[in-house]
Amino acid sequence: MFDSVLVANRGEIARRVIRTARRMGVRAVALYSDADADLPYVREADEAVHIGPAPPAQSYLDATAIIEAARKTKAAAVHPGYGFLAENADFARKVAAAGLTWVGPDPAAIEQMGDKIRARNLMEQAGVPVSPGSREPLTDAAAAVAEAARIGYPVMVKAAAGGGGIGMGVASDPTELQAAFETARSRAERFFGSPEILLERFVQHARHVEVQILGLADGTVLALGERDCSVQRRHQKVAEETPSPGVSAALRDRMLDAAVRAGQAVGYRGAGTVECLVDTGTGSFVFLEMNTRLQVEHPVTELVTGIDLVEQQFRIAAGEAPSFDPAAVRPAGHALELRVYAEDPVRFLPSPGTITEWAEPTGPGIRVDAGYQAGNTVTPFYDPLLAKLCAHGADRRQAIERAGRAVAAFAVTGPKTNLPFHAELLASPEFVSGDYDTSLVSRLRST
Amino acid sequence: MAEVRAEMVANVWKVVAAEGDHVDDGDTLVILESMKMEIPVLAEGSGVVTKMHVAEGDVVQEGDLIAVIA
Repeated sequence: MFDSVLVANRGEIARRVIRTARRMGVRAVALYSDADADLPYVREADEAVHIGPAPPAQSYLDATAIIEAARKTKAAAVHPGYGFLAENADFARKVAAAGLTWVGPDPAAIEQMGDKIRARNLMEQAGVPVSPGSREPLTDAAAAVAEAARIGYPVMVKAAAGGGGIGMGVASDPTELQAAFETARSRAERFFGSPEILLERFVQHARHVEVQILGLADGTVLALGERDCSVQRRHQKVAEETPSPGVSAALRDRMLDAAVRAGQAVGYRGAGTVECLVDTGTGSFVFLEMNTRLQVEHPVTELVTGIDLVEQQFRIAAGEAPSFDPAAVRPAGHALELRVYAEDPVRFLPSPGTITEWAEPTGPGIRVDAGYQAGNTVTPFYDPLLAKLCAHGADRRQAIERAGRAVAAFAVTGPKTNLPFHAELLASPEFVSGDYDTSLVSRLRST
Repeated sequence: MAEVRAEMVANVWKVVAAEGDHVDDGDTLVILESMKMEIPVLAEGSGVVTKMHVAEGDVVQEGDLIAVIA
């Protein structure tokens, strides 16, 4: 095992990675921008390096400065967390070229999966189901209209290099498609530096279900169960759970099997996630994309399997065997994750500000991964995630009950938070029934 | 005369309307960005933009004046 790791991230995920590093006796180095000097993860690291001003381009996205910080602190490895440079193949190559261990998959796998069109084509070849969609990138609206006629409406419009739901839109006719295409293209250029767009047949009633995979150092690819991420606003996840209440044992077997094939097709090493859409009408599933990094919602998998995924990432990167017996993985109980965002609970608009009170819930089965504490200021420069409130129970009912009590006990004053939304979600008959899809949040908001 | 103010701390990403422009109810005046989200600021009535108080790249605080429509 390497003796030290630089965590090229911030907030809750930096803190979570640092926690495992320290438990394993690996020296943890944190980075912080001007905006983040007071956050808990900076203090909890063994060492912290100021990386630049608040805007991400001058701090957490500055590859040269990050590698320089690793050199200066004699870090042996780099863990990218999620977001920022986590899925940037050039960065992964620069890390390796600097003689550092990259805690992530091979840069070639990142590249193959980062281009959503290439990924879809590759998955189709590997025998993983994909929805009808573009096989070539689209850069003008007329070509998109022609392509949509072939695919069939309604279509989902996405950035080929994108993620995080940014710029995504649904179109049910050529007029809507023109508008959705222009929006997606301008967002794609701005956020991802590429105007390439793809279309996919839109599944009207779908659950968003993903499979956690782990590519071991010896080349074996494991599937560690699924997560249901259908509770979304603006195509972004708000709450997740495992196991998915909408996935039968037979469907789970097929999805896990497809996810393993997906990982094998790119020679995947490390922690990754194969995202799928499950059509609630037909019970069939299609590949959406693969995230070549640790996922925000990985804690729910950790809660039911008892496996520390960050520890496995470290071990795999170091060429070591996992800490558990792959043949003996038996997920137990049910786990939920609620993303606590600094946003108003009705319109979901961002709400930065200074936190004057911060009291986390505790109790059986409760885990809180938080990036902030009282006295910190939530700035407008980064995403609005304050904390992930997770609840584990013997079954779904107990997990929901525990989560409900924890939401009521979580006290945050200062920025507005979506905690009232989570209270509402956990009490809604549709969520409690387990029979919901990706339009649950808009239904909750339209009544 | 209507004053348009910022609802939250944000960066000014794009200034869409200019001083002297005629705008209608619902037209986009500026686009703010906060926490990786674009937030369009819309005119809440028609009139002429008599004052544009922000420029691209500015940081606005909650309650700051963005524009005046008369």
